[in-house]
Amino acid sequence: MNKVLFSTISKKFIMALAGLFLLMFLPVHLAVNLMLLKPDPEPFNKAARFMATFPLIRIMEIVLFAGIVIHITTGLIIQIQNWLARPVGYAGGSKSETSFFSRYMIWTGASIMIFLVLHFFNFYFIRLGLVPGNPDDFYTVAHNLFSIPAYNYIYLSCFLLLGLHLYHAFSSAFQTLGLNHRIWTPVIRIISLIYSIAIPLGFGIISIIIWKFR
Amino acid sequence: MKLTLKIWRQKDARAKGRFVTYELDDVSEKMAFLEMLDSLNRKLVESDQEPVAFDHDCREGICGSCGIYINGHPHGPVPAITTCHLSMRYFNDGDTVWIEPWRAKSFPVIRDLIVDRSAFDKIQAAGGYISVNTGSAPEANSIPIPRKNYDNAFDAAICIGCGACVAACKNASAVLFVSAKITQLALLPQGRVEARDRVRAMVEKMDELGFGNCSNTGACEAECPKEIKIKSIAAMKREYYKAF
Repeated sequence: MNKVLFSTISKKFIMALAGLFLLMFLPVHLAVNLMLLKPDPEPFNKAARFMATFPLIRIMEIVLFAGIVIHITTGLIIQIQNWLARPVGYAGGSKSETSFFSRYMIWTGASIMIFLVLHFFNFYFIRLGLVPGNPDDFYTVAHNLFSIPAYNYIYLSCFLLLGLHLYHAFSSAFQTLGLNHRIWTPVIRIISLIYSIAIPLGFGIISIIIWKFR
Repeated sequence: MKLTLKIWRQKDARAKGRFVTYELDDVSEKMAFLEMLDSLNRKLVESDQEPVAFDHDCREGICGSCGIYINGHPHGPVPAITTCHLSMRYFNDGDTVWIEPWRAKSFPVIRDLIVDRSAFDKIQAAGGYISVNTGSAPEANSIPIPRKNYDNAFDAAICIGCGACVAACKNASAVLFVSAKITQLALLPQGRVEARDRVRAMVEKMDELGFGNCSNTGACEAECPKEIKIKSIAAMKREYYKAF
């Protein structure tokens, strides 16, 4: 049973499923963030409170954390095995035509992970009471952060890297699940491209608007 | 034309290898790549040096024996051909050519450019066959096979097991090879019977032998001399999921 559960195909399957689940969370987060653009802090704070208290969302929060942990753990195991599979590299380099960003998934992924830690310090830990701040006014917390130029630089570069990660991740997950089709695979690639541009762009524009115009 | 060759020389599996530079100044563009190596070897033998060891057999692109990593590509920079089909007309006067063996933990170097590809035989032996008694050749039309299945099975069956997919993959993954062997048999009625056990056994063996995981980069598809497509990897995954 272990050989089946930890086979190369199963590991990728688990990582892809967890990844696809995480993909669904991003548009929800973006929708909530759009409320940051309103001059009135109440709608955003209300949404943040709803996310923090509604029972169904609380259950999804556990699933979301499990998704993140599973995605990172399987990703790391897979990457370490991949490094071990070729102990000696090529002196002439590798010039094969490949999906470019697929080569850097571990690095784009690691950057997102670093951002997540920062993000938890800025928001989630306030709610848990680990970091000082007002958990009922994340609107002001966010606006204060976006007024710091350095924070914006980090924020924007992390979302650029997230976009690169998503571009390969989205379409690759379908291939991993065994879904490869003459007509639908190219369609999925296009959706993947749109998604990987739209999501980081959405988050990025919100931060720029608050940074420069508020 | 004049060429500078940087060739990996390694005495045996245990020895530490290194690149040795050779200069050739009389390479004809009409030569095949392996003929160019033959001419180098003749010179080496004439001057009492060890010739460069490399695998080759049919020199017609169908046996899967040859396999050299040339200038960053398995089987050289020209798509859809094996090393033996690579012509010297794709090189220019004054070029430096990097000539290396396949690099993978599961394909240890035996000598110079020759690697041990018996890992593929082990995967094949784990289930890449039909053990049911198929009897003598039946009347061709007695087992109807949809044209689509026939085509897809044939597209997979042309895999020559050269290992270029493993050599090209950044993870040294063997999934393209294994998927070709699995889909070839799973699509035909005689092979269908054992499809479940076959996919589990072959994948298990592949993992055991230390090949990497698939990152869906598509390098294998780009470098496969027989143009096996990664849709066959998706087909193998479907077979694997179906096996439960």
